[in-house]
Amino acid sequence: MAVTQQQFTVSEITRRIKQVLEGGFASVVVEGELSNLKRHSSGHMYFTLKDEGAQLPAVLWCSRVASLRFAPEDGMKVLCGGRITVYEPRGNYQIDVQSMRPMGLGELQAAFDRLKEKLTAEGLFDQGRKKPLPPFPVRIGIVTSPTGAVIQDMRNVIARRFPGVELILNPVRVQGSGAAEEIAIAVDDFNRYGRVDVLIVARGGGSLEDLWAFNEEGVARAIARSVIPVVSAVGHETDFTIADFAADLRAPTPSAAAELVVPDRREVLENVLNSWYRVRDAVRDIVRTQKNRVHNLLNSYAFNRPIDLLRQQSQRVDELERALVRNAGHGFALTAARHEAVAGRLASLDPGLALRRGYAIVRREGVIVSSRAVLRANDEAEIEFRDGSVRSTIR
Amino acid sequence: MTAKKQTAAAGEATFEDAMRRLEEIVERLEHGEVPLEQAMQLYEEGLAVSRVCAEKLKKAELVLKRLTKDAEGNFALTDEEE
Repeated sequence: MAVTQQQFTVSEITRRIKQVLEGGFASVVVEGELSNLKRHSSGHMYFTLKDEGAQLPAVLWCSRVASLRFAPEDGMKVLCGGRITVYEPRGNYQIDVQSMRPMGLGELQAAFDRLKEKLTAEGLFDQGRKKPLPPFPVRIGIVTSPTGAVIQDMRNVIARRFPGVELILNPVRVQGSGAAEEIAIAVDDFNRYGRVDVLIVARGGGSLEDLWAFNEEGVARAIARSVIPVVSAVGHETDFTIADFAADLRAPTPSAAAELVVPDRREVLENVLNSWYRVRDAVRDIVRTQKNRVHNLLNSYAFNRPIDLLRQQSQRVDELERALVRNAGHGFALTAARHEAVAGRLASLDPGLALRRGYAIVRREGVIVSSRAVLRANDEAEIEFRDGSVRSTIR
Repeated sequence: MTAKKQTAAAGEATFEDAMRRLEEIVERLEHGEVPLEQAMQLYEEGLAVSRVCAEKLKKAELVLKRLTKDAEGNFALTDEEE
């Protein structure tokens, strides 16, 4: 008994083959060697991808030829991403190449150099384009893989140094086909979203091929056009990528990037305390000088103003000075002193620091003199230096 | 800079603003003939701003979120699971 076989016309069978092939190979990556490369006058590029056992016709449309970062040549090993298409009039199939990158270190290095040269010439890496990082970011955008050690490392460093921030992760693939596009889109998306103060674009260590997405032009351009400052942190200390040149700041590693974007909380607290003591000391000096002036006037036989007014002023200064001492005792200084790790440093924050920096304090009868106006000829003044005092006479 | 403006506009004075104000106060007091009454005002303000800064430094639990985008291109933040 004969098996009934389906009968096709050539067009019908070709259409079926087309459906099967184009449906089954809509997105593929093919490794092969370039051969029989032809550039058509239309700008399209035709070639054959081959290995020891087979060959595959390929076409690269002119719009994509323009985006290549390297000059393809016969014999070069490449990785092509694209889809299989069937050309019905001739009954053959080919790969419609959407992206192509060279394989092998030599070709990668050449592509890297070429892109670097091109973008340098455009001015994309100019120092003048670099934006400063905010001193105290509130929200930090991170473009990296959601899995793996990198995000955790950065999170740990920031939690230790300056935990009062919000980290916002835009997860991406950091290697393989499509990774560069995802990274570029993630950087652009943060800029559309807007509400972050600084961006970190990061990836852990890997081979040159692993890091390749960060050498793609699209990533460099997205970083360069970001209005939010970008810190790049790709691989190890010795790895330089195109993304690093485009970024506002290159960090040698992701953990280092985390250290660079936030200050150390303890240092900042020390600065706050230091500023507060300077405020306190400056106001104390001002009060003492005023008091001194009022008392001088009171004691001076030359004054001819109503004495009550001066006494009121004198009293007011005394009140203020008492308020000052009270505040200094019960106020911020004590609260702060209890704060972790700071107590031991208080001693180093006193005005004696100013002496050690080379300033001197002038006193007359034990009272600080901060204006020449209060000094008279033949007044005895004491000048305090870092290492002791000398007595002097004003001339 | 757009990003920064929006962040600042969203909440009260930022830590950065407070730190800058504190530096201004120190600068005024140390380099200028400040009248007594004004010095006392600056003293009070310096005390308040220092406290604000110290409080902001003490509070602080790190927050990790994820930026998501819907089909219309609207952004949202979701909590990032551990």
